[in-house]
Amino acid sequence: MKTCLNAVALGVTLALTAHYACAAPSDYSPVTDARLKNPEPSNWLQYRGNYGGWGYSPLDKINEKNVGRLELAWALTTGQTEGHQAPPVVNNGYMYVTTPGAQVIAMDAKTGKELWRYKKDLPAEMLQLHPTNRGVALYGDKVYVATVDCNLVALDAKTGKVVWIKQVGDWKALQYMTLAPLAVKGKIMVGSSGGETGVRGFVAAFDSETGAEAWRTYTTAAPGEPGGDTWPGESYKNGGGSIWITGTYDPETNLTYWGTGNPAPWPTEGRQGDNLYTSSTIALDVDTGAIKGHHQYTQNDAWDWDEVSAPVLIDTEVKGKKIKAAIHAGRNGYLWMLERSGSKINFVDAVPFVHNNVFKSLDPKTGRPTYDEARRPGFGKGPVSFCPSLWGGKDWPPEAWNPKTGLFYIPANNNLCAELPEAEPTKYKKGDLYIGYPIEGVLSSLRYRDGKAPSSIGEIQAWDLKTGKQVWTHKFPGFTWGPLLTTGGNLLFSGGTNDRKFRAFDARNGKVLWETSTPSGVTGVPSSFEVDGEQYIAVLSGWGVDAQRTQNNLDTLTGVKNAIPQGGTVMVYKLPK
Amino acid sequence: MPNLNACGCESHRPENELRRKVIKIAVAGMAAPWALTGGLAYADITQGDRLVEEDAEGTPVPLKVADLRVGKPMLVYPFDLKKAVVRNDSRLKKIVLLRLPESDLDPKTKARAAGGVIAYSAICTHQACDVKTWLSKEKALVCFCHSSKFLLLEDGVVTSGPALRSLPSIPLALDGDQLVIAGAFNAPPGAAA
Repeated sequence: MKTCLNAVALGVTLALTAHYACAAPSDYSPVTDARLKNPEPSNWLQYRGNYGGWGYSPLDKINEKNVGRLELAWALTTGQTEGHQAPPVVNNGYMYVTTPGAQVIAMDAKTGKELWRYKKDLPAEMLQLHPTNRGVALYGDKVYVATVDCNLVALDAKTGKVVWIKQVGDWKALQYMTLAPLAVKGKIMVGSSGGETGVRGFVAAFDSETGAEAWRTYTTAAPGEPGGDTWPGESYKNGGGSIWITGTYDPETNLTYWGTGNPAPWPTEGRQGDNLYTSSTIALDVDTGAIKGHHQYTQNDAWDWDEVSAPVLIDTEVKGKKIKAAIHAGRNGYLWMLERSGSKINFVDAVPFVHNNVFKSLDPKTGRPTYDEARRPGFGKGPVSFCPSLWGGKDWPPEAWNPKTGLFYIPANNNLCAELPEAEPTKYKKGDLYIGYPIEGVLSSLRYRDGKAPSSIGEIQAWDLKTGKQVWTHKFPGFTWGPLLTTGGNLLFSGGTNDRKFRAFDARNGKVLWETSTPSGVTGVPSSFEVDGEQYIAVLSGWGVDAQRTQNNLDTLTGVKNAIPQGGTVMVYKLPK
Repeated sequence: MPNLNACGCESHRPENELRRKVIKIAVAGMAAPWALTGGLAYADITQGDRLVEEDAEGTPVPLKVADLRVGKPMLVYPFDLKKAVVRNDSRLKKIVLLRLPESDLDPKTKARAAGGVIAYSAICTHQACDVKTWLSKEKALVCFCHSSKFLLLEDGVVTSGPALRSLPSIPLALDGDQLVIAGAFNAPPGAAA
């Protein structure tokens, strides 16, 4: 093992792939299927803490009574700018974060001492539309990261040494990965981003030990496959349906659920049909990758309403009926309540949680929307406005479910719409955008719902699934890009606002109980863990990517320029002794 | 050979001298490599290279001033006239041309322009996306990925967005009515590490 001093020297001299290691906190506890299935409360072993995607920690030493005294335990700079969106993943004293720039940092979770740092060498001429990463997966004695140049990397969890690297896609075709991998039964699953670059989306599984590809399932159906008749000609080949966010997993059925992105290009004239399985959730068999079920939220999407988040899997009562539920707050602004019935995904109900003026009605049996076609942008229509905006009612930041409060929480953005100009002819070209609208029109598309600045945009909403009713809402004057963490201490944590704040709310009523300023804006997924009997709350501060993009767009609307500093920091909080 | 500094870029030298030199070389049919900066992807861009449109199909046709519409950016690659090879093996060689009324150009910008056409690296210094949209009111080129804006009449300086470094420029000259590369990028093209 190299010393930390050597590591500093290495960091200075090597701009290429590098790693080093310092003294570790304790022996590393291998991560097993049993532990992932029933995670111990003291650890945060995967993207959302558990396979169901809850974003819930049962820990309650930090609670609504004492959270006001929360203070910084330690902080560590990542050395990177841009969007820091990963959760601090913790396993018995080892903490792992990822950052933009294909970097993994391992730390002592209690002290913040850096143990090792891995950074993949990225091609100098590679463009990054979404310079971010959403975290690691832990499995066995390894750490897995999916990189923006579309490689899957397995690292030794204790030393950071590369065990294997597998090329998953072609970065020159603008396939890239931003998600935290999903580890199930010896397989590491990932998928490709690139809904605006004409990729054909896929989920692929790789052997955790060797990196050998086990299966690859495309999210746009080819002719002869189920759903293949929903695409004309060869339009499915560059049809989008990209994968941005980690799937959820139901061990009882061995099915893993993924959210899929928008179809491409955005104008629908060249791809008449439902365009399965874009803007959907799909259920895949973990062993084979076969699509066993699906629900499409927006057929023949024209509004860039990616449904990137996997549904949250909850066994609960929905509108008076106990079901195995799959709940999803959609980019299209509807809260979707679905039922996992065997391998099928049945529609139960959906209600708007932000203003949507495109859907005229939903089929009560299937949930299929009927559109106001005057709100569909495209060719020969001139500018067309619609609500919600391109970034939707909820973008990538994950929802949360708290079994103790019985509430489902949504990080929403309301009162915003979009106006897209006349579509322009577009032809797929490897390595270029494949959108179908002038880019300046996309970048300046945000509009206020009523034509004037609303009193609020960002919202944290709490919903009671038993009744299908909203219980409380906390409103912010601007956007929120804050992923959610909820805990057994009746708390809800989130950042996401342009004032660099990270806040704790009373999960029962939305009251702000604590807030603190961080070095940048907080777009990281918060997590909670315990070491030596003390509970910690951890989050990455580091503004960028779409938070910055939408802020620029809003600044253009308001004429007021907001400067949100960039630069990543791991922030870890605890109660004073 | 021009003077090259550690970054592989040309050090400051009088623009007029460079323009005279490139025209002289081109006329003599002796265009020679000058930016031999070993290892850099854009090192083979050569004084005297012509420019061809990025998406042009068929036999490459060197661009003339008249091929550009005023206020409409065009993405191009250098073209080795002698070997008839388009230097498009790396995105870092991609250049954005913009034609403006010559009266809009200040003396400094005019000195590296040709027929009112100015040239910059087309690769954003933030995350290496193409920079190709001209905002005429702001006199800025905007990046489609993260909206960094560069003032093309002020040496490509960043006016807003996440980019921290100016867009590198590259001087042009005319050989007859054809646009010709007349020097090196004034800074390395591409994103910061």
